[in-house]
Amino acid sequence: MLRMLLALGAGGLFGAGLMLSGMTDTAKVQGWLDIFGNWDPTLAFVMGGALLPMALAWRLTEGRRPAAGGSFPAPPKAELDRRLILGSVLFGAGWGLAGLCPGPAIASLSYNGWEGALFFTAMACGMLAAPALSRHLDRAAANA
Amino acid sequence: MEADWIWGLGGGLLIGLGGAVYLLGNGRIMGASGILGGLLDGSGKSTAAERSAFLAGVVLVPLLIGLATERTPDTHVTGNAAVLIAAGLLVGIGTRVANGCTSGHGVCGISRLSLRGIAATAVFMLAGILTLAVLRQILGVI
Repeated sequence: MLRMLLALGAGGLFGAGLMLSGMTDTAKVQGWLDIFGNWDPTLAFVMGGALLPMALAWRLTEGRRPAAGGSFPAPPKAELDRRLILGSVLFGAGWGLAGLCPGPAIASLSYNGWEGALFFTAMACGMLAAPALSRHLDRAAANA
Repeated sequence: MEADWIWGLGGGLLIGLGGAVYLLGNGRIMGASGILGGLLDGSGKSTAAERSAFLAGVVLVPLLIGLATERTPDTHVTGNAAVLIAAGLLVGIGTRVANGCTSGHGVCGISRLSLRGIAATAVFMLAGILTLAVLRQILGVI
C-alpha cells in the first residue's frame, strides 16, 4: 500500500512539474532544440531544477534502503552500446519532429486533444514494436 | 514570457522531487518510457501495480490542476496526423531500444553522473537539434 501511495505521489509531482514547467508546450520544446532559429532557453532551467533534488536523492541512497523496502538500483553500466546510441538517435528525431517526449505526452493527455491522443497511441505502438528491434541489435552485437 | 524561466525552474524542481520520492521511497528510477513501456510489453509485469499508480498520478494531477484553475497550458501541438504518427513511433521505438528518455537518461542518469545517461542525452538532444535544423530552418516543413 505504501508503495502504491509513493508511486502515485511521485507520478503526481512529475506530472505537475511537466505541466507547470512548460515541458508539455511543444513550441517551447522545439524552441529549445531550434538553436539556429528563435532559441528558447527555458528547458535549461527545467533540467537544472530537476537535477538538483535528484542529485541530492542519489547522495541520500548511500548506506540506506528504500523507505518502502527492496533495494536501490545497481550502479549504472559504464559501457555505451549500439542500442543506446541508435535508440537515442531515433528518439531525438521524433522528439524534435513533434516536440513531445514520453513524460509530457502522458502528463498532457487530459488537455492535448486528439493530437496528443494520436501521438500517445503511436508512441505506445512503437513501444510494443521496440523489443523486436532490440533483440535484433543484441544478436548483431553478440555476433560481432 | 519574462516569467517562463521561473515556471521552468519551479516545474523542474517538482519533476526532480517526483524522481527523488520514487527513488528514495520505492527504490526505482523514474523513467517515463521505462515505466509505461514495461507495462505495455509485459516486461514489468511483477511491478505492474506500482507502474500503474505512478502513471495515474502523472495523468490525474495535471487534470485536477486544470479543473481547479480552469486553465491548461497551450500545447501548440501540430495538427498534422502524419507527423504525429511518425514522431510517436520514433519516440516509442527509440526510447525503448535506448532504455530511457528525457526523465530516465536525462534527469535520473545525469544526476548520478552515469556515462550512459549523459551520452544518451547528448545524442537525443543532437538528433532533435538536427531535426529542427533540417526540417524547420532548411526545408521549412515543421
